[in-house]
Amino acid sequence: MSADSQQRKIRCLVAKVGLDGHDRGAHVIARAFRDAGFEVIYSGLHRAPDEIVQAAVQEDVDVLGISILSGAHNTLIPKVVEGLKEYGAFEDTLVLVGGIIPDDDKATLREAGVAEVFGPGTPMEETIAFVREHVHERD
Amino acid sequence: MTSAEADASDLVADLLAGDHRALARVITKIENREPSYRELVSQLYPHTGDAEVVGVTGSPGAGKSTLVDKLAKHYRARGLTVGVIAVDPASPFTGGAVLGDRIRMASTVGDMDVFFRSMSTRGHLGGLSTATADAVKALDAFGKDRIIVETVGAGQSEVDVVKAADTVAVLVPPSSGDDVQMLKAGILEIADVFVVNKADLSGSDKTVQELRQMLELRGDDGSRHDGAEPWSPPIVETVARSGEGIEDLLEVLADHHEYLVASGALEARKRERTAEEIRTLLRDDVSALLEDELERLGGIDDLVDDILEERTTPYEIADEVVGPVADCLEERH
Repeated sequence: MSADSQQRKIRCLVAKVGLDGHDRGAHVIARAFRDAGFEVIYSGLHRAPDEIVQAAVQEDVDVLGISILSGAHNTLIPKVVEGLKEYGAFEDTLVLVGGIIPDDDKATLREAGVAEVFGPGTPMEETIAFVREHVHERD
Repeated sequence: MTSAEADASDLVADLLAGDHRALARVITKIENREPSYRELVSQLYPHTGDAEVVGVTGSPGAGKSTLVDKLAKHYRARGLTVGVIAVDPASPFTGGAVLGDRIRMASTVGDMDVFFRSMSTRGHLGGLSTATADAVKALDAFGKDRIIVETVGAGQSEVDVVKAADTVAVLVPPSSGDDVQMLKAGILEIADVFVVNKADLSGSDKTVQELRQMLELRGDDGSRHDGAEPWSPPIVETVARSGEGIEDLLEVLADHHEYLVASGALEARKRERTAEEIRTLLRDDVSALLEDELERLGGIDDLVDDILEERTTPYEIADEVVGPVADCLEERH
């Protein structure tokens, strides 16, 4: 391969936001993304929304996957989306949410700008296929 | 001005105006080697040269990321802005990577004046050092006062990466003779500063001693620079997790920078680096040209068949492909 050929990779931030400390799911998805050939940045636990935004902007990720099990999604997710918009990064970022989200809230989150919500038991292949299909084209 | 140039100008203007998103985009384009990246870097070039660049390398688990976090924190306390490029290996099989250095950046999280960017080694081959050096230029042009390049110190390409730094700190965890052994394999020579991290663990005294011995054993004056005066790499003990020794390290880094300026080594290094940059680019460009030519000759597979069936040899093919290029250059002069 010549060194100048383009080498685009799908970059993902897998983020844990808020107070819940369960990151098994985040780890599993991070590994699966890596094995799918994506570049994965993991945020670590207990991140505030603005920290997630900082990481997403600086790392210029194509996909932001937020894992949340605390039930605070209706408060935290819109804050993240707001932050992305503030930096002009929202249009380029596919925002996904994983975790335990009641059906009623899914519509609310989609309205807030989340592309898809993946609940427990979603096959990895499904999530990965969704990312490949929906990741935003960049100029 | 072509539209590509105009797009690049817009993005560069945004970057120079302090737009974080523009900086992030520029680095992505550099990493992806998008067609516009050369134009971008060319336009950034005149705005570079003000940042002090520190390379941090060492074996996995030596505490590089934690040290980088603390360095960034101390720089910020002094009112300096910071850029970090952290390089992690990609899987050779899938090309995917988990870039975990960011987790350690706990001290400065939420502070946008620390711009932290994770990079994977991808399939860059020799191109990794070009990509990181160009990313450093983007951070430099953005106006970062200090730039830290962090990489696992293993293998030639990663040694090349830290060569982009003015000052290279090599981290050594205590108490394993093996690590000092590892240093012999070429990393010793690139160190301007040795950091024995996790100095609170037993065995760190011994590691310091071993390092000192090795430096003495080298038998030269400790200088690898063209500068007039020699520089012998100091050994600093730190506990990155608690922040112990970081002030000492900062002082040593500052001393080294002063030395680089005073001795003229900074200038010499810059010249050396620039020359290397030209060579790398030429190698990449010519090899890309010839790659296209191979396609026109029927593709590499057919050529391999020819060789395996003993009709020709790799040398003959190389002559055949490069010959016209050589003729062409001959004619020009």
